[in-house]
Amino acid sequence: MSERVLMKGNEALAEAAIRAGCHHFFGYPITPQTELAAYMAKRMPKIGGTYLQAESEVAAINMVQGAAAAGIRAMTSSSSPGIALKLEGISYMCGSDLPAVIINVQRGGPGLGGIQPSQADYNLATKAPGHGDAHILVLAPSSVQEMVDLVAKAFDLADTYRMPAMILADGMLGQMMEPVVLPEEGHAREIEKPWAACGHHGQRKHNIVNSLYLQASELNEIVKKRFERYAKIEETEALAENYMTEDAEYIVTAFGATARIAKAAVREARKEGIKAGLIRPVTLWPFPKADFVKAAETAKAFLSVEMSMGEMVNDVRLAVECKKPVYFYGETGGVIPTPAQVLEQIRKIAGGAE
Amino acid sequence: MLKKYNVICGHYGTGKTNFTINAAVNLAGQGKKVTVVDLDVVNPYFRSSDYIEQLESRGIKIICPYAANTTLDSPYLSAEIFSVFVDDRIVLFDVGGDDAGAYTLGMFSKKITDSNDYSGIFVINKYRNLIEEPSDALEIMREVETAGKVPMTAVVNNSHLCSLTDEKTVLDSLSYAQEFSRISGLPLIATTVPENIYDKLSDKVPNPYKTTVYVKLPWN
Repeated sequence: MSERVLMKGNEALAEAAIRAGCHHFFGYPITPQTELAAYMAKRMPKIGGTYLQAESEVAAINMVQGAAAAGIRAMTSSSSPGIALKLEGISYMCGSDLPAVIINVQRGGPGLGGIQPSQADYNLATKAPGHGDAHILVLAPSSVQEMVDLVAKAFDLADTYRMPAMILADGMLGQMMEPVVLPEEGHAREIEKPWAACGHHGQRKHNIVNSLYLQASELNEIVKKRFERYAKIEETEALAENYMTEDAEYIVTAFGATARIAKAAVREARKEGIKAGLIRPVTLWPFPKADFVKAAETAKAFLSVEMSMGEMVNDVRLAVECKKPVYFYGETGGVIPTPAQVLEQIRKIAGGAE
Repeated sequence: MLKKYNVICGHYGTGKTNFTINAAVNLAGQGKKVTVVDLDVVNPYFRSSDYIEQLESRGIKIICPYAANTTLDSPYLSAEIFSVFVDDRIVLFDVGGDDAGAYTLGMFSKKITDSNDYSGIFVINKYRNLIEEPSDALEIMREVETAGKVPMTAVVNNSHLCSLTDEKTVLDSLSYAQEFSRISGLPLIATTVPENIYDKLSDKVPNPYKTTVYVKLPWN
């Protein structure tokens, strides 16, 4: 184990990517993720990697697509409005079965919105990461250490399942500083990519990376096969943290930075004798349904806390199949809910359900 | 340590803002008239401007960009900054991190250095990624001096690991700080010690500086 260092979330994402074997980064600056690109600009020349500031977000994602097609680990990063611009490229990568990691350090929207933290890209990331029938892996860290850990996991999962993975962070996580332990360099997992278009050297047939199909039936078949893979991922890769849920009557659920706030509120509620607990989805796609199904057996009610007008709350409702009431509390536009506000909501639900 | 103009620089994320707020609060507590100038146009979060109310309630004047604390993402400074060169208040300049943050200092550098009444405080943190070696920190200090055009005159050791900071964290940083002082040729004027462990360390740390954690996360 190496020593603890103090890092900003954005820097930690960058360093973790480098240590996961990503030596090719294509970006375009936008607050509040710019430190990530700035860090890459500093580090990549020192390790013989590529840092390229593209002329636009669209160009950057297409460079990632090209790098991924050649079988190397590549990454891009942006924040909400910039991510929206990248969706075309993400969809092409889904259609071409290409792995890559996309970082989204969310900020307020719609439009230019603001530069303060938000979680209003949940639907974009988990439901519609571009046009067409497709999913991407979506991982939601809630600490700087978890940003480090999940970047490595995102690359491994992306390579394993041949699909893009998104780290859905937010401006708070990107900007805040926490001590982290970084993985040793040179220990990244290497996953075979026999499909990569990286030169056949006269030894094998051409590999073709493509998302265009001239026959409807052929595309139909390929998409259905891809969805079989998605089903397998939903079965095996869903991940959540369960905090004080064993005996919880009121389950608060939140992801990312909001989960830290919700956790503080749960602790306060317990002090008041309210049996509260927290389910924190770590993977947003696949959504950890099983954790909610299990909790619904004993819990009286659920409360989803988000920095949005309510997006994940719908997946919670679907997961518990309306067996228990699911409430929502959120702030948006860059306003961060406080532990006191969340506690107030827990009190209200606990009082109302008695 | 204290001069009319006190310029606080460092690698970003070393804790410049928290140190600046502590210094301002201490000076105000001693009855001094203090102005904090937020020169950070690089970092959108966790900056002095976030603490306006806490500072103003103690009689500390804060000059920050007009749109600070809004979501305007636009790098500019307030013309009010020029008032510090004609009044008699002690000034703490909270400069943005690295050379990128120090460029804004450049436009005031001549007024500051010509005064012959300034200190350039370089804040270091052993635990900060990319400056874990004193030589790395020195490289950044040279870049900051080139960009900000204000030579540094003293070092503050603000080595910490946020909420995980304990006695060992502080003690383990002393040799790093002394080595930085040696290679930079600048005096180590203070090592910050969080107030909860100050009593245990005050006689083990040279020039200890008791600090309160003002820069916090929403769930702390």
